[in-house]
Amino acid sequence: MRSFDTELKNLRDGIMAMAGIAEEMIELTIQALAERASAKAEQVQALDRQLDEWELKLDQLCIDLLALHAPAARDLRLIASSLKIVPELERVGDHCCNIARRTAFVHPPILAGDSLEQLGARTRSMIRRAVDAFVGHDAPLAHAVIQSDDEVDELYGQIYRELLRLMLADPLCIERASHLILVIKNWERIADQATNIAEEVLYILEGRSAKHPYLRGNAVE
Amino acid sequence: MLNPQIPETKPVKLAVRGMNFWYGEKKILHDLSMDIHAERATAIIGPSGCGKSTFLKCFNRIHEVSSQVRVTGDMLMDGVDINRGGIDQVDLRRRVGMVFQKPNPFPRSIYENVAFGPRLFGVRDRATLDDLVEDALRKAALWDEVKDRLKDSATGMSGGQQQRLCIARALAVHPEVLLMDEPCSALDPIATSKIEELIFELKDSLTIVIVTHNMQQAARVSDYTAFFWLGKMVEMDLTERIFTTPRERMTEDYITGRFG
Repeated sequence: MRSFDTELKNLRDGIMAMAGIAEEMIELTIQALAERASAKAEQVQALDRQLDEWELKLDQLCIDLLALHAPAARDLRLIASSLKIVPELERVGDHCCNIARRTAFVHPPILAGDSLEQLGARTRSMIRRAVDAFVGHDAPLAHAVIQSDDEVDELYGQIYRELLRLMLADPLCIERASHLILVIKNWERIADQATNIAEEVLYILEGRSAKHPYLRGNAVE
Repeated sequence: MLNPQIPETKPVKLAVRGMNFWYGEKKILHDLSMDIHAERATAIIGPSGCGKSTFLKCFNRIHEVSSQVRVTGDMLMDGVDINRGGIDQVDLRRRVGMVFQKPNPFPRSIYENVAFGPRLFGVRDRATLDDLVEDALRKAALWDEVKDRLKDSATGMSGGQQQRLCIARALAVHPEVLLMDEPCSALDPIATSKIEELIFELKDSLTIVIVTHNMQQAARVSDYTAFFWLGKMVEMDLTERIFTTPRERMTEDYITGRFG
């Protein structure tokens, strides 16, 4: 295997390692929220450092590959998209930390039903499938991830309106509800990150941007 | 760089249709067809022996020095066939200039090298020749370096200067097309970058066809890139597309260094 191919494999492996850590953080965050488990919240913070370290390492690797190998075609697309996927995964970690930090302030629960758990689970699924699409070169799966974002947005909207209603009804729950608004906003942002990753996967595979479909055909000169 | 979303506005300068090239019994080029647009740089890339230099040389009929060569199909310049359209060989070579891999100045003064072409075409007046020489040397970005030593021998110049002198020599007869066969392969990076800058400026008024082994050079200087393999054209497209999203697997493998 050529040294360039080895380095490209290192890049892919690095992104998969980051994705593994991000998924573990999401899982721990879901558990910390449900169980009010402060130990798990602390684990989330510790894992975030690993993500940050990976980000620096992979950023440098991408720059080196661009500078030393002048890549083209699918190699170029992989490296260019990696430069965008890596910070998305790093941001997933930051959002998990933001949620985990609030676990102490959202109990006892004020939301009826399992909508909060569902939001976490759907977001986790989006990140997992986006990463699977990257690993498996799976364009249909990447498209499916992008479509899932609307469902998460809708669920977010529902919970948000419910929290507003609760705050109006009972001022005593305002503090918990405001923390929860930030919690659901962070979940919703993680789903956006999954969408962005899926869009990059499509760029790598198909060579054209999947972003902003409403602008398609109106290229900027 | 041309935007793939915007249609080409420049007319076709050279149109090749179903062209084949034989050397004796051996068929070197197979059924080539392409459009080369005016005021654009078109790069031809491909592994050694793919026929890209042979193809380039057909545009000014250098192959005519050999009786073994046979060309079929159409090669049109402004709609007139350069092989069968009654175009005189000398006139064709004035309209279609060529720069080779290794700088090949005549062993004469800098001035005489550039004045050679115009003299051949009958320019005798000294003041007119002076103007033509200065103009060509300026266009080749060489004037400032040589204006005080025009009588010095061209062979004493650096490789990069010699190559720009060869470009000036080609420009002195006001060609419409400039063929460049690996013009930078014998040059260092600084001289290479000067030639590349020059290509960029010259294509404002000329049609440029460049054969290069250096894929990054093709990416930097050309608007269109054609990939040749075993005497066939595998793919031709906007350079931007060839280097980011080629259609053919073979092109992809070649430009990513995974060929063969």
